[in-house]
Amino acid sequence: MKKRTLLSTHHLLRTALTLAFLGASACTLAQQKSAADGIAEYRAMIADGNPAELFEAKGEDLWKKKRGPKNASLEQCDLGKGAGIVKGAFVELPRWFADTGRVQDLESRLLTCMERLQGFDPGALARTPFGKDEQITLEALSAWISAESKGMRFKLPQNHPEERKQFEIGKRAFFYRGGPFDFACASCHGEAGKRIRLQDLPDLTNNPGDGVGFAAWPAYRVSSGELWSMQRRLNDCFRQQRFPYPGYASDVTIALGVYMGVNAKGAESIAPALKR
Amino acid sequence: MQTRRQMLARSTQVATMLITLGLFPGAKNALAAPYNAGAFEAKTMAELMKILGSGTPTESRDVSITGPEIAENGAVVPIGASTSLPGANRILILVEKNPSVLSAMFEVSDSIEANFTTRVKMGQSSNVFAVALMNDGRVLYATKEVKVTLGGCGG
Amino acid sequence: MADPMRIRAQSAGGKATVRVLMSHEMETGLRKDSGGKTIPAWFIQEVSAQLNGKTVMTAQWGPAISKNPYLQFMIKGANAGDKVTVSWVDNKGDKRTDEATIS
Repeated sequence: MKKRTLLSTHHLLRTALTLAFLGASACTLAQQKSAADGIAEYRAMIADGNPAELFEAKGEDLWKKKRGPKNASLEQCDLGKGAGIVKGAFVELPRWFADTGRVQDLESRLLTCMERLQGFDPGALARTPFGKDEQITLEALSAWISAESKGMRFKLPQNHPEERKQFEIGKRAFFYRGGPFDFACASCHGEAGKRIRLQDLPDLTNNPGDGVGFAAWPAYRVSSGELWSMQRRLNDCFRQQRFPYPGYASDVTIALGVYMGVNAKGAESIAPALKR
Repeated sequence: MQTRRQMLARSTQVATMLITLGLFPGAKNALAAPYNAGAFEAKTMAELMKILGSGTPTESRDVSITGPEIAENGAVVPIGASTSLPGANRILILVEKNPSVLSAMFEVSDSIEANFTTRVKMGQSSNVFAVALMNDGRVLYATKEVKVTLGGCGG
Repeated sequence: MADPMRIRAQSAGGKATVRVLMSHEMETGLRKDSGGKTIPAWFIQEVSAQLNGKTVMTAQWGPAISKNPYLQFMIKGANAGDKVTVSWVDNKGDKRTDEATIS
């Protein structure tokens, strides 16, 4: 397949350049392994003391604080396990919600709760740029809510016909090729053993393992010092594919979440994680 | 000019206030030292030592530096600096190729271990130094090369 | 006011290991925004720690310390139940003090 060959050559070229940058004279397997070990060591060294904890503390505060035009807290928000139940909710999202009649992920559910309980305008929240104003609130809430399920294993429900339908839509979206590069999610995440420079690309068509892929977001990204929710991660994926972004908490992003989350069944969540 | 110590010798009330504010000078180092902006502008280790009024640094196995061989991202590089020797006055962390060489300067009191870990920004691959300024005037250091890579597009 | 720090302090054998995460941009003053304007320097300059009210650690930092700084240090003669406070002051004069009980 033409695109795969292009990706491999591109990948090899970048690996070679990276190793040259590291002072290696040849692109050998031994040198590639020691770079991977080096990265593993680096990640282990910063694992303790994840700045995501600062966002978790903020998120817990914002959950309990009376805010918005209705001056109410989010403590009655139903994340799928009943009003106000946060523990364990994250690893069962996205899922079907009877009160809205749709399958929702964490962020779209937070929009619902911020609208219904607090009186915020969900359209305005969705249009707010990442990292600004109420998007910071959503990031912090994502950090805390995911932390309340840390160490638990994903078990998205697929009992409702709509949940199963969204899985199929998500799968179709995952393999859908388009944009100027003719990329799909699957171009990078469609098989095991792929890598861009020094970052391993998890295979999201299966369970890639504990704390990997779907199980590693939200995460604090050290490169920008920001907390990225899954919605923000998806946004950046679309940007890298040169696709227009489908919109915060839009249907296709939720469907992709269902596909990836169901595939990750049984994987341990480490969110909020620490990423490059 | 009256020094802070002379003022304190006169008034325990003032001393109490200063203790509360964390400004009481220790026996050997002035914990209330004003921010040494000049030190944080020094471009080289030699220039820094001159500003601090310290001697020539010598490498020592009694000073330790911990850090990764490769940093996936130069924005956050974990560095530990310590010495097992008694009589350390200050511990410094230097990144040779940064625009300014000094990252951090820790005062070592009797109540604290001469052992600090923090995270620094590195603009490029560089030697990193842990420097111990000893009370007897010696300047001892350990060094390590940390390579900074450009990460990939994901993660 | 600045966001709170996260302080964890654990004692073992009469020493306490203190790990702090601070919420701060640590802007170097060397970056430019998308409009080409230099983003002003904004970083923590002084850090101190107290054990039961007595200053045990002071430090001076430059802008090369990472954003959302992490700091680990060890206090001698500290036991479970003792109070640790950590304070910082930045170049704009903003401050933050938080405390934790050693476990």
